[in-house]
Amino acid sequence: MSKSQKEMMEEALKQLHMFVESIKKSTGLPIVPDQKSGAALWYDQRQITNKYLISVDRIRPFYDGLMDGKLMATKCKHCGQLYFPPQVDCPKCRKSDMEWVELSREGELITFTVINIKPASFAHYPDYTVGIARLKEGINITAWVRETDPKKLRIGMKVRVEVVKREPEGYLTYEIVPAE
Amino acid sequence: MGRQVAIVGVGHSKFGTRHDANIAELAWESIRQALDDAGVGQEDIEYFVVSNAGGWSSEPLPAVVVGEYAGLNPKGTVRVEAACASGSAALKLAHDIVASGQADIVLAVGIEKMNESPTPTVVEYIGRAGNFFWEFQNFGLTFPGYYALYATAYMHKYGATEEDLCRVAVKNHYYGARNPKAQFQREITVEACMNSRYVAWPLKLFDCSPITDGSAAVIVASEEIARKLTDTPVWIRAIGAASDTSNLSKRTDFTSLRAAVEAARMAYRKAGIDPENPVKHIDVAEVHDCFTIAEILAYEDLGFAKRGEGVKLVREEQTYIGGLIPVNLSGGLKAKGHPIAATGVSMAAELTRQLRQEVEKERQATINKGIALAHNVGGTGHYAYVTILSLEKPSK
Repeated sequence: MSKSQKEMMEEALKQLHMFVESIKKSTGLPIVPDQKSGAALWYDQRQITNKYLISVDRIRPFYDGLMDGKLMATKCKHCGQLYFPPQVDCPKCRKSDMEWVELSREGELITFTVINIKPASFAHYPDYTVGIARLKEGINITAWVRETDPKKLRIGMKVRVEVVKREPEGYLTYEIVPAE
Repeated sequence: MGRQVAIVGVGHSKFGTRHDANIAELAWESIRQALDDAGVGQEDIEYFVVSNAGGWSSEPLPAVVVGEYAGLNPKGTVRVEAACASGSAALKLAHDIVASGQADIVLAVGIEKMNESPTPTVVEYIGRAGNFFWEFQNFGLTFPGYYALYATAYMHKYGATEEDLCRVAVKNHYYGARNPKAQFQREITVEACMNSRYVAWPLKLFDCSPITDGSAAVIVASEEIARKLTDTPVWIRAIGAASDTSNLSKRTDFTSLRAAVEAARMAYRKAGIDPENPVKHIDVAEVHDCFTIAEILAYEDLGFAKRGEGVKLVREEQTYIGGLIPVNLSGGLKAKGHPIAATGVSMAAELTRQLRQEVEKERQATINKGIALAHNVGGTGHYAYVTILSLEKPSK
């Protein structure tokens, strides 16, 4: 089996790092030539990593729902507007009086793609399909689709949404599953 | 509506992988040209707007880094962000400052150094540019992925094929090959495009604009100053701007970018262009072909073609010179390159030179109506700007 995108990425970065370290040892400077143009490049001697802490405090019932295998949305008690992703304020009514409602998890696929070239933080996954499904309630949901061959998918096909555990991270999320 | 505003100077760096220049040097490449072109000095610039998306590049305050290097201190400045439409947002801000009478001469410069980070990191940054929490965090969408969702829906609804999409790339490479500032200066074939690997099915590598370093600059001035500086002011006749939901799931249709439709409607109304038949008013357009499908959507969103018939313009080669309306004679984002926040300024610089009939002969549009259009989309239709430029001063 060929190397994963993650392995290739890490190998390339490691090679660059080792190259810079050897140059630095002899010249005292982290300056290396660009492989293609030969232009002098300073190899950053500082590094930051971002891992954010994002508030989900007010939409906690959505996550409680996932724990029960349910997909929850909010509904404005005043105007009846359904919100997914759930939001706790209705900007139309300027009210924050919401009820939590369970979504049917049934609908149809309205579009999809297969991600072949992945972002760095998704490079450890094999190719995955992302789709948008329209649920019976009339709201749309973006999620992975449990089918990686696009030829087996069709716009308009019946789908359902299932709560699943995402591995290898091991956290609950939801997935679109073809139901035909 | 305020005062009339004209573009009086433009500059454009070479686009590509620019490891030979840092962010300030690359910005200066276009700023210097714009100052020379306008015949003004830094002391004449009253305010400068810097568009830069950043993240992938090291300087968090690019406006001041560029300002120091380009000798623009102590003039006031700000960095603006509207994703891939940042450049048009910078131009709008520069325009609005002059139109409102707060300044007479303002510089807008777009700069992006995407190649300071490795490709997977850049893919990550652009993929996050939508709704990070709901659509990226769990589902890892990429920028090609977002547009692929539109491509799948469009192809299904109107019967467009992957070959049709490739024909857009072929056209834009044809003109890119004639633009010395373009990143890709070689022609390609439909076959080569079809043989390129999938990036986000159904989009392939040759459907995608590249990762680009580059800068572009324009200087805008009030009517009184513009008349003194140049015989060929290019008037900013209208700018339409609109937005759409950050979550793609909140949209109802994936065959059109609503924000672009709205921005076009606003711009056409302000400029007095017939929205039913805009091409009869316009000599040349630059549209936001970050992916081939995006150019086809643009034809329809701008009213160059009816719904579902954008693909016909491609098949019939109606957007080459000599066709219904020439589009992306610079090579577009596809071949000229797409340094995110420089793109909108690049479009304005290119169209100014088109209207002045200064570009390379083989890619010069015939100018007889004196009007050009720039369509600049940020994110996946999250932001949209449509700018109408004109040789004739707009009548009040």
